[in-house]
Amino acid sequence: MSWYLATPLALPFLTAVIAFLARHFAAGRWISVFGNVLLLLAATVLMARVRGEGVIAAQMGGWRAPFGITLVADYLGAVMVVITAITALAVSIYALADISERKEYLGYHALFNLLIGGVTGAFLTGDLFNLYVWFEVMLISSFGLLILGGGKAQIDGGVKYVTLNLVSTILFLSGIGLLYGLTGTLNMADLSRVVPEVENQGLVTVVAVMFMIAFGVKAAVFPLFFWLPASYHTPAFAVSAVFAGLLTKVGVYALIRMFTLVFIGDVAFTHTILLWVAAFTMVTGVLGAAAQNDIRKILSFHIVSQIGYMIMGLALLTPLALAGAVFYLVHHIIVKANLFLIAGVVERAAGSTELGRVGGLYQSAPWLAVLFLIPAFSLAGFPPLSGFWAKYVLVAAALEIEGWIIAGVALLVGLLTIYSMTKIWTEAFWKTHPDGINPTLNRIGPGDRRPLLYPIAGLAVMTLVIGFFPEPFVGFAETAATQLLDPAQYIDAVLGGTG
Amino acid sequence: MESLLALSIGVLVATSVYLMLAPNVLRFIFGLVLISNAANLTIFLAGRLTPGAPPLIAEGAAAPAKLVANALPQALVLTAIVIGFGLFAFALVLMFRAYTTLGTLYSDEMRVAEPRENDSI
Repeated sequence: MSWYLATPLALPFLTAVIAFLARHFAAGRWISVFGNVLLLLAATVLMARVRGEGVIAAQMGGWRAPFGITLVADYLGAVMVVITAITALAVSIYALADISERKEYLGYHALFNLLIGGVTGAFLTGDLFNLYVWFEVMLISSFGLLILGGGKAQIDGGVKYVTLNLVSTILFLSGIGLLYGLTGTLNMADLSRVVPEVENQGLVTVVAVMFMIAFGVKAAVFPLFFWLPASYHTPAFAVSAVFAGLLTKVGVYALIRMFTLVFIGDVAFTHTILLWVAAFTMVTGVLGAAAQNDIRKILSFHIVSQIGYMIMGLALLTPLALAGAVFYLVHHIIVKANLFLIAGVVERAAGSTELGRVGGLYQSAPWLAVLFLIPAFSLAGFPPLSGFWAKYVLVAAALEIEGWIIAGVALLVGLLTIYSMTKIWTEAFWKTHPDGINPTLNRIGPGDRRPLLYPIAGLAVMTLVIGFFPEPFVGFAETAATQLLDPAQYIDAVLGGTG
Repeated sequence: MESLLALSIGVLVATSVYLMLAPNVLRFIFGLVLISNAANLTIFLAGRLTPGAPPLIAEGAAAPAKLVANALPQALVLTAIVIGFGLFAFALVLMFRAYTTLGTLYSDEMRVAEPRENDSI
């Protein structure tokens, strides 16, 4: 049993070690691709298992559940691992052409796979302190990736990214300490059982808010998101794509996990805060994006605004809303990573990502324009693309419990998202190039074109598939939501032998 | 003993918050070291201060013979110290690089990644 859970965790680390040893050779980059193919296979096997058997858990080192470290996979965890593997594979193919040899020599592929390992670990662990460790694995490799190459802007963005994330880490750690002091356990399933029995529920709420802030920084919610638009446009495109796709979503995942499993004692307080946070996150993100003039900066602010939708699903805490949040997570990771990858191609073809210095792409690279339109309109929520269904489910959930205001905000932000996407469209694709360049894809070296465009096309196809056949995905998200709202299955799977 | 430790954690946090609010990033780093130690002490204190023997079980016995100290918070703190040290080392080098490439230690002047509207790039 533990084999299924441990493989997706071990593979990225193995790949990282081998890729590090092979960093002097061209083979290093193929090792990364190959490792991520295996990761996708392992993740799919895990997913099939979870679909067949429900929540599965494994005790590491043979220590029984609340004492040892537990790995758990429920629907949410499994689907996140699969989507991580998909993103990792797409980005590692893209990196074949995007990462310079110097960065490879500095250990890009090793850091990248360590990052994936950290993300996977965070999705699979069932122990709070272990979650902290995975966050650190993820964080330290993301530091390395962010400043790899040492450009001025990278160092500048890195300072902000590193400092704010370290503050969040300390808060997380202190929260863990206090929670342990209150309950005497750090196993999440055990916490879910013990926390309601704690005498001083006020203190539990205090700790809950500490976790909310700590994960809120990671998830980049209002008003804690400032590190994100300061840094995400500075590193290599492959790096910013994987950051945009996965990192903030680990924060969202941790919020969903903790605020459905452990901190559900004072929903009226904590989830009301979350609802306000969600509304403000959506609005500030989208307004921030409207003020930017660089493709990657616009997209960075849109990450913030989209995070608001997921938090909204969590805050409403109905089965439909949570299903919407899960669906949104999956859709968003694919779409967002893809948009950043496209930004990289735009720079290669037209020379910049600054909107004032590019143009003419529709004329000279119509297929790239189509590939941009799919995720861009999906992000904005055009039917029948995946973003439409994600927003539809969330808004329907809000209307169901008469949350008129939050539903209105969600719809309005969707409209404003269209504004930013049309801005990129008109500036980068529609108008003629200001320098009179004809930015065809031929400006990209022939060897680089395929690795750059295949992952983009693959992710775009995935967006279309989710869009045209949303039913199985929504059904899946609904099952995930049911599991989240009724943690008995999760607790049984983890503590079964000792309960 | 508990209250003394709690007080010193409070002092550590207060000092580090003061340092972290400074515009000089080097001060921020020093604040970070202090606050991460405060967090470590919090975990240690949350595990209760039990004046007991080391948690060692005699050979052949199934359980320790007398009252022993709680080993778990110590293990947690140890892990956190190691991680914290690594992060601190990284942050220190990063600040040094920031000083050499950007020429300043003041966070307000670090505007390369986010230039002001009227700055020429």
